[in-house]
Amino acid sequence: MRPQRRSGRAVLLGLLSAVGLLAFAGIWPVASAEAETLTLYSGQHEQTVDLLVADFEKETGIKVRVHSGEGPEVANQILAEGADSPADVYFTENSPELMLLEEKGLLAKVSAAALASVPGRYNSPGGYWLAVLARESVLAYNPAMIGADQLPPSMLDFADPAWKGKIAIAPSDADFLPAVAAVVALKGKDATLQWLQGLKRNAQIFDDDEAVVAAVDRGAVATGLINNYYWDRLEIQQGAAATHSKLYHFGHGDPGAVVNVSGAAVLKSAPYPTAAQRFLVYLVSQRAQELLAGSKVNFEYPLRPGVKPDPMLKPFEELQPPSLDPARLGDDSDVAALLQEAGLL
Amino acid sequence: MSDRVASPRLASPSLASPSLASPSLARRLFGSRPRRPPAALVAGAGLGVVLVLMPLAYTAFQAFGVGLAPAAHLLFRPLVGELLVHTLAIVVATTLCSAVIGTLAAWFIERTDLPGRHVWSVLAVVPLAIPAFITSYAWVSLAPMFQGFGGALLVVTSAYYPLIYLPVAAALRGMDPALEETARTLGCGPWDRFFRVALPQLRPALFGGMLLVALDVLAEFGAFGLLGYRTFTTEIYAEYRTSFNGPGASLLAGVLILLCLLCLAGELKVRGGASYGRIGRGTRRRPARYALGQATLPVLVGFFMLTAVTLGVPLSVIGYWLGQESATAISPAQVSFGLLASATVASLGFGVASAVLTTLLALPLGFLAVRYRGTLITLLERSAYLAQGMPGIVIALAIVSLAIHALHPLYQSALLLVVAYAILFLPLALVSVRAALGQAQPSLEESARALGLNWARVARRVTLPLAAPGLGAAAAMVFVSVVGELTTTLLLVPIGTRTLATQIWADTSTLAFAAAAPYAALLVSISLASTWLLTFLFGASNVLEST
Repeated sequence: MRPQRRSGRAVLLGLLSAVGLLAFAGIWPVASAEAETLTLYSGQHEQTVDLLVADFEKETGIKVRVHSGEGPEVANQILAEGADSPADVYFTENSPELMLLEEKGLLAKVSAAALASVPGRYNSPGGYWLAVLARESVLAYNPAMIGADQLPPSMLDFADPAWKGKIAIAPSDADFLPAVAAVVALKGKDATLQWLQGLKRNAQIFDDDEAVVAAVDRGAVATGLINNYYWDRLEIQQGAAATHSKLYHFGHGDPGAVVNVSGAAVLKSAPYPTAAQRFLVYLVSQRAQELLAGSKVNFEYPLRPGVKPDPMLKPFEELQPPSLDPARLGDDSDVAALLQEAGLL
Repeated sequence: MSDRVASPRLASPSLASPSLASPSLARRLFGSRPRRPPAALVAGAGLGVVLVLMPLAYTAFQAFGVGLAPAAHLLFRPLVGELLVHTLAIVVATTLCSAVIGTLAAWFIERTDLPGRHVWSVLAVVPLAIPAFITSYAWVSLAPMFQGFGGALLVVTSAYYPLIYLPVAAALRGMDPALEETARTLGCGPWDRFFRVALPQLRPALFGGMLLVALDVLAEFGAFGLLGYRTFTTEIYAEYRTSFNGPGASLLAGVLILLCLLCLAGELKVRGGASYGRIGRGTRRRPARYALGQATLPVLVGFFMLTAVTLGVPLSVIGYWLGQESATAISPAQVSFGLLASATVASLGFGVASAVLTTLLALPLGFLAVRYRGTLITLLERSAYLAQGMPGIVIALAIVSLAIHALHPLYQSALLLVVAYAILFLPLALVSVRAALGQAQPSLEESARALGLNWARVARRVTLPLAAPGLGAAAAMVFVSVVGELTTTLLLVPIGTRTLATQIWADTSTLAFAAAAPYAALLVSISLASTWLLTFLFGASNVLEST
């Protein structure tokens, strides 16, 4: 080996180790939690949470660290962690996950001030979690493949053999579960199982709502069950001109038009309960709700009265959801069992 | 170029067999050499092995804990049958396609007068440095029609065919031309010579490569997740998303481990004991190259297309999205210099920490394997290689549960993720560490001892300098693998930490393609640059010789 080459390597190696050491040091400070750092377990979209957390930190000076996952995953993680959970706040997209933690006695009562900021019927019946935003279950369809007049009045019609291959669903997406829970609440378990078995025969299966709406938009399938949110995001991403799908609202109190509630709760075991309650108050404040409504990142309905949703959305008061409160939508346990029995999970 | 990333792994299934010659138990355990390995060394080696076996044992424990009736109910539901079909279909199809493409590419590059051979030989291995989930992001964002089986086959084949190309090209280089020439004098045409003479000699390399492809496809998560193709791995993740560490996930993990072990066993059986080594002494001539003649143009077009599909499209799509910036990105909030910097620092930090820990864990194992013999040592070494047959998601899932229930202080710590990486990539490091230590002759150490140096000084002044390039290569390979790792990272990353890989996943899985582009570009650059540095610093021969 020539000495010159050797010294070149030594310099490079030295540089690399220096960069490595710096980077190594960079991942460790995470462990040294400063005083009053709020730990947020989130099943909400990361982009939405990023926006809120940055603004909350600016307003209050309280630092927030976020752990993100799918709603039911994070709820079950909190269950597994039990009293040792480092979480202060749980913020998620669907009420059943919150109901699960409420039933297990893991949640602290939400402050009255926060609860009073939104219509009471969306909140936890026991006052253990706070409703923050709402989404509508909808049908995305591709007008090139099916006319609006051919769409069925009810989501339950998709079990009919006539729909074979023409409907897409994402049974492992947490957002599909409340729609099934609505069918259970309105029609009973047996009818729900029959419906799911019909869906299993007819439907194209995808991993998540994003994939369903993309498939409908490109014409791979005529219709797909999603939350309104995903279609709005797709349209923003692609632009209206390049979007080939439309939304259809079931209405008339059909379970397919169920409204999903995004909510937040403070854990009983929260290390910083006061800051946690403050975060909940912030979530339903005028400032936070307006921030989300105008963000073009989140396409949910703000629940605080007087805050206008994104103009892309159908006005909230025109929706015709089934009259089901969160308690009747349950905690997902029945629904998961039914989905497994039907072969969808 | 990036050949070192893959080739060392090829050596792992073909380890030296144990020597069982000596009669007494002590000698059988510690070998026929008079020296016993120091207890500290065995303990050090044992640590790595215990770490590797822990997730495996815990998964088995959890799966058995489910109970027979619920287990049967969970395992014999319709979905599991579907997953089995999906998984086997993609594994078989990808392995076959990769075998054909990899062998053809190797043959044209090594055995014909193809113009630009050197360039093609580099381009054929570069795809290894691009994580499959990034390739899949590129295709999906290009046109959603790539979702499903066809797209999955396209993406994973272009990501993994180099695993076949590398060993087959090496075997072709090492082949004695005499056999083919003899066949020719006996009247065999070119096709006959390929199928009846060359191909049988390629068998060990080909099967070794196919095993790696099959294992990698079984473990692949990100690519299939984005492509909407459901396999055991994506479904374990789906179970995790709906139930955290529920019984369903651990049962599916058990099935996946069985599939991996079947692959390992199948490869051992097929490879058999056949030997294709040269017996003749003397210098071997370089094999003759066939003139392509009329076929030159179509073959060149083929190579252009291969490169366009495996590298051109993914890199240009990332470039395209980079240019789109926030105009069409859903989430302009996601891309900021601060986030980019912190994600890069986290990725680099985890890479470096894991490289150091993994190499340290591999050192005593490699030293034992090189310097001592015996059943115990063979057992230790073989067990360490078991991790190669365990998908990242299985390891991660077991570690999460273990940490929650038994190792709570480590739960959600950066250290735990680093340990998980070390378990995952121990086999990768072990192959080069073993080869590196093998290059340090024991006689040199003995001379140093005879000259009065104690063992610590011998290690510092003789063994380590001799083995350094190989150890460096081992660490660098672990680094590259960790930076591009997705599954384990997703499950174990500490709260508040984001790496390049998790950021790309968060953005792509919510269709925010433009927002993902800067992270993807950074990750690919780091991966390509460190692979290039690896070649520059440690030389091609260091690790390749171990295969």
